[in-house]
Amino acid sequence: MTAWLWVLGACLISFLIKLAGYLAPDSLVDSPMMRRASASITVGLLTSLVVTNAFASGQRLELDARVAALVAAIIALKLKAPYIVVVLVGALVAGLARMAGMP
Amino acid sequence: MPPLTPAVRMGVSIALAVGVYGISFGALSVAAGLSIAQTIALSALMFTGGSQFAFVGVVGGGGSFPAALAASSLLGLRNGVYGVGLDGMLHPRGLAKVLYAHLTIDESMATASAQDSVDEQRRGFFTAGVGVFITWNLFTALGAFVGAGVDAKQFGLDGAAVAAFAGLLWPRLKDADAWATAALCGVVTALLVPAVPPGIPIVVAGGVAFALASWQHRRSA
Repeated sequence: MTAWLWVLGACLISFLIKLAGYLAPDSLVDSPMMRRASASITVGLLTSLVVTNAFASGQRLELDARVAALVAAIIALKLKAPYIVVVLVGALVAGLARMAGMP
Repeated sequence: MPPLTPAVRMGVSIALAVGVYGISFGALSVAAGLSIAQTIALSALMFTGGSQFAFVGVVGGGGSFPAALAASSLLGLRNGVYGVGLDGMLHPRGLAKVLYAHLTIDESMATASAQDSVDEQRRGFFTAGVGVFITWNLFTALGAFVGAGVDAKQFGLDGAAVAAFAGLLWPRLKDADAWATAALCGVVTALLVPAVPPGIPIVVAGGVAFALASWQHRRSA
């Protein structure tokens, strides 16, 4: 029961954060600084998500099959592969790297 | 059915790709000790993958529920920023904002902002937002039911997640400023991972990106 309260509370907060963005005053939205900051923060957060998903295990940094997946994904992106192909390449290469003995 | 424009194609591709790692979330969440119903509730109601992974990651790693809530909320702050951008881009009115807000995720933001016209931006937002909602929830349920039976690592699902975020980042690295932001935030993240709880490095990277944008803005002004 307690677990449910925390799960639903976390869901509510996540939704309210999303909604707050839409209710922010227009003057904040339309400034060039805000547009630049929004684009920049998106790049920063997505980069951080790439790094944590590729290298972090809890609070440790590890080199494992996910790194092979990242390299393969970058090659696929450079070759202008469609998004779904990039993702499948990531899964395939991580799976193959583990079969080849990478942790 | 909307016309099969580039925005719709991109949204559908992203929705299909994201489903692939929805299985991974469902399986990991049940493995972390949440029930199947709680796992499905997270995908339907929280509906932001990064925060969901953070929530179950903290619980699975032995963390408390308050810590899990803090991690998911901090990681969800970027959705507030996306909301500001999307509100300026698409101008939803009244109660429609509630629907837009719920569909605001990395994928719908990225698909919308990759388009040039407002119509295409709106098509991209809804195709990716609704499409991901459908696939993410279906595959979450599948992953939760299959649960411990699937070895997420053996199937390379963690590799799929890495590639998915790389694929979302790639089209946004359009100029030297964006590359500089990515390089700095990547290094900051790597340095912080061992030092602070999971989820925090991502939020700090957002703050660093904001500070860098302020500096870049003043320099160009």
